[in-house]
Amino acid sequence: MEHYYQPEIECASREEIIAIQNEKLVRQVRHVWDNVPYYRKKMEEKGVTPDDIKSIDDLHKLPFLSKTDLREAYPYGLLGKPLKDCVRIQSTSGTTGKRVVAFYTQHDIDLWEECCARAIMAAGGTNEDVVQVSYGYGLFTGGPGLNGGSHKVGSLTIPTSSGNTERQIMFIMDLSATILCCTPSYAAYLGEKMKEMGLGPDDIPLKAGIFGAEAWSEEMRHDIEKTLGIKAYDIYGLTELSGPGVSFECSEQRGMHINEDHFIAEIIDPETEEVLPDGTQGELVFTSIDKEAFPMMRYRTRDICTLTREKCSCGRTHVRMAKPKGRSDDMLIIRGVNVFPSQIETVLLKHGYAANYQIIVDRVNNTDTLDVNVEMTPEMFTDNIGEIEAMQKALVEGLKSMLGIKAKVTLVAPKTITRSEGKAVRVIDRRKI
Amino acid sequence: MSIKQISVFLENKPGKLNEMTGVLADNNVDMRALSLAETKDFGIARMIVDDVYTAMNVLKDNGFVASLTSVLAFAIPDEPGGLNKLLKLFTEENVNLEYMYAFLGGKDSEHAYMIFRVSDTKAAEAKLAAKGVRSLSQEEISAI
Repeated sequence: MEHYYQPEIECASREEIIAIQNEKLVRQVRHVWDNVPYYRKKMEEKGVTPDDIKSIDDLHKLPFLSKTDLREAYPYGLLGKPLKDCVRIQSTSGTTGKRVVAFYTQHDIDLWEECCARAIMAAGGTNEDVVQVSYGYGLFTGGPGLNGGSHKVGSLTIPTSSGNTERQIMFIMDLSATILCCTPSYAAYLGEKMKEMGLGPDDIPLKAGIFGAEAWSEEMRHDIEKTLGIKAYDIYGLTELSGPGVSFECSEQRGMHINEDHFIAEIIDPETEEVLPDGTQGELVFTSIDKEAFPMMRYRTRDICTLTREKCSCGRTHVRMAKPKGRSDDMLIIRGVNVFPSQIETVLLKHGYAANYQIIVDRVNNTDTLDVNVEMTPEMFTDNIGEIEAMQKALVEGLKSMLGIKAKVTLVAPKTITRSEGKAVRVIDRRKI
Repeated sequence: MSIKQISVFLENKPGKLNEMTGVLADNNVDMRALSLAETKDFGIARMIVDDVYTAMNVLKDNGFVASLTSVLAFAIPDEPGGLNKLLKLFTEENVNLEYMYAFLGGKDSEHAYMIFRVSDTKAAEAKLAAKGVRSLSQEEISAI
């Protein structure tokens, strides 16, 4: 049976959703105009005033915000409420440039946690469940978001945070955790550790996992589902917009429902900035229509994906987004070709390797080099060098046909690629340009 | 009787083989024979040891990828033509060799020992046994 946290909203008719969006958007534009001088200036430059925005059909008139704006306005420039009304900040890891620091009022926290509660219930969670949150707690939104969502659902919450993997498995076993929340790479690592401890999928009580905060492939999902004996659900979000829960997967596992009563999604052509129709691949843009402290107007996520409004068997009516191919931040341009780490992962898993890999990009004699280091697995190892070399060659060919460029594949010993407890470090770019 | 060879995946980097021999030394595993096959990035150490069970466990515990392969071991007279005679039989019986390596000695200085990895171990064993050539058992190898 499908569970909903707020069925009246999650399964509302298209007309009802549009009515909510129209009302909230108009109010939000006014709020931003009145309280965020940085964005007001952008609107003025574009010759737009709040009077021009009467419904979501006028959304395209508004100027975009990008990561550059966040950097320029750091730390308080995009604040929509006085600090005395804010109760929390969260921050990104800041791996690509300056950290994003996002502010929340209690209202903002509540709506964020509601979004996470919807995700947990979509993964089959109820107040009977025990939810282990193995996302990092602290500035990272993963831990606090799912923790809050789990409280809203009324599930018993185990706030293990990340790390100490053997203790994580002990908690899962001893306290009968049924739902695990963490990054997909950490879920894979937990599975690996379980195997080492002699535990199989039937030995643990988990039934579902909610995994996000990094790009992962469909093949990785199957692997995790098999090793942990669970159904693995994707969850999507950005600190800029609140955190995880902007969209989430339902039992259908075909795209993530965007919480449209809080966020309006658009797909644009990243070059021309023109809005594209549903089903067309482009850059995902979000407008938060319910946030007080840190309102994001037409925020360019740099995530490349598609939207679909096709009816979903789960009963939810909110638009679905496809799993992003990866942040355009993750995208590597190698010898002029766009390469997403998730494409490499797809090929590796298809060829029977584990999702333990590292991509090393360098520039030798003015030519980009792409090295993929992947761990040998006990299942694939044989005493026959010819067979291993043939496997290696098949992988090189697989990568070539997926990426269009040649990669050098190096088989490395197991456990030599550092495991991550949060977001995995997949790419090392040594090019000095 | 075929015997068990341990094959270990090694990165082709300084110190990797030494890491493996260190693990074996720390656990008192005695090697009877060792052969290395290498490519540019990785190698495979193939060895015959006195205590297969312990060796496999300690290697796995220390993070090595290792597998067991059935190979045939023969004692041949340590004299000119010893190996030639045996290989002639292989040819006559149409036994396909994948790789082989040799070791000398132990307590018995009369014989050399050859390890053969063939495509079909069981069939090869039977064909050679029919010709009166018996491969050594695990116990016999351990006792050398």
